[in-house]
Amino acid sequence: MPDDRAPVVGVLALQGASTAHLTAFEKLGVKARSVRSREGLEELTHLVLPGGESTTIHHLLELFDLRQEIIDRHQAGRLALFGTCAGAILLGGDDGQAPPRFGLLDAVLERNAYGRQIDSFSRVLPLPGLGIELRCVFIRAPKVRRVGPRACVLACDGDDPILVQGPGLLAATFHPELAEDPMVHSYFLRPALWGEVRDGSIEKEPSELGPQAAVGT
Amino acid sequence: MAKDDAVKANGGSETVAGGEPTRFSSALTPEADFEIKVGLARMLQGGVIMDVTTAEEARIAEDAGAVAVMALERVPADIRKEGGVARMASVERIVSIQEAVTIPTMAKARIGHFQEARVLEELAVDFIDESEVLTPADNEHHIDKTLFRVPFVCGARNLGEVLRRISEGAALIRTKGEAGTGDVSEAVRHLRLIHRELGALRAARREELLAQAKHLSAPFDLVRQVWEQGKLPVPNFAAGGVATPSDAALVMSLGAESVFVGSGIFKSDDPARTAAAIVKATARYQEPSILVEASREAGAAMKGMAVDQVAPDAQLQTRGW
Repeated sequence: MPDDRAPVVGVLALQGASTAHLTAFEKLGVKARSVRSREGLEELTHLVLPGGESTTIHHLLELFDLRQEIIDRHQAGRLALFGTCAGAILLGGDDGQAPPRFGLLDAVLERNAYGRQIDSFSRVLPLPGLGIELRCVFIRAPKVRRVGPRACVLACDGDDPILVQGPGLLAATFHPELAEDPMVHSYFLRPALWGEVRDGSIEKEPSELGPQAAVGT
Repeated sequence: MAKDDAVKANGGSETVAGGEPTRFSSALTPEADFEIKVGLARMLQGGVIMDVTTAEEARIAEDAGAVAVMALERVPADIRKEGGVARMASVERIVSIQEAVTIPTMAKARIGHFQEARVLEELAVDFIDESEVLTPADNEHHIDKTLFRVPFVCGARNLGEVLRRISEGAALIRTKGEAGTGDVSEAVRHLRLIHRELGALRAARREELLAQAKHLSAPFDLVRQVWEQGKLPVPNFAAGGVATPSDAALVMSLGAESVFVGSGIFKSDDPARTAAAIVKATARYQEPSILVEASREAGAAMKGMAVDQVAPDAQLQTRGW
């Protein structure tokens, strides 16, 4: 469901690296606002769920009555969501582990799948879906364990999807907000993000598909 | 490089006769390595890191919304009361806390005790706190933190101390405050001083930077970097004496990006409630109505002791330099 309003961008700022996302949008000339309450969601067309601790972010979303409101607004086609790391975990489906997920993105992410901080890393990786290369920083990162037909993989590290799109949804297991180049944030703001995804492919924009759009098990 | 190889190669602080200490072998440049360490610190923004001494306390902290736990043998209030040498927590204790939670586990090493830090690194704790709360192992030197893959947090009371710790490789700074007192005034003093000195540095003219470096007793290149960027290269959190939701909101308002709570939670009447209330107040510290709710929900705070009742030689914050 496309949303043709001018973008009003928010970054969830209850817990997590929200400042880095605000800075990334600033580089694009977009003034994003910090969101901490239901009132903060008014008028928003785009919301970022930042990296942080997914258990803490879930706890605070429930505490301040924001979780269902975000899900409802997204399902009504009024709020595009971009999750990085912890935020990406929340967008996906439940895997039986805490915290409970939104179940919006047709993918399941496993927390801390690489291990502890000592296993965190960064490397330059191509993002074929966006046509760029980016220094990708993975911090106690999750792994995408399953991708369903309503999700499209935009980039991988080896066999692991690291950037996944669904209708009105974008999820990164790494931290685009810590990279110099705000291209992933720019991609999030494109109206075409609401394009339907069928069989792992974005229907409305065949020309922008990455080569490995059907990765998943 | 496989993880095991990296850990084994990480014998860094050993100095071969006459040789330089070897940095852990890593495919990453020092800059990329530092970015990953600081990256984890940034992910903790807006959170509460809680001191815990058992797996049970760790679970209470995680359930209350803690963003990380700090594993230690005794909370600072007990160290203060019981005296004796305060050391790194036992391996069994640290492992049981690591296994109890999915959030990052931090642990404290004594100032200068790089072998305690090696143990913590081998246990794969997520952050090492080189802490003045423990009895210092070295009265002149802090750990060379660039030799480790695990990021370090260090305490500081002023900008010079902040910059000295960063130059040694710290990826996160916290105020020292006066741990174990439940008196937030020293954390407030350290936050205000660091911000005031940062303001003075920003306002300096280029030719004044060497004098600034001399005044701060900090490396010139780092002083110049902070002057150019107008901010510290790592986050600054508050620690030491935070005991109530309002205390947490106060230090957040003064520019702390997150809060460490030591004795304040498990020395309160109802740790689970106090922990949740401090998490709530930290997330929305700008809103008085939320602070009222959080204050109602918190258990009675630890009794504590005012900082002026602490004898000067019993102060923890003067450890390290």
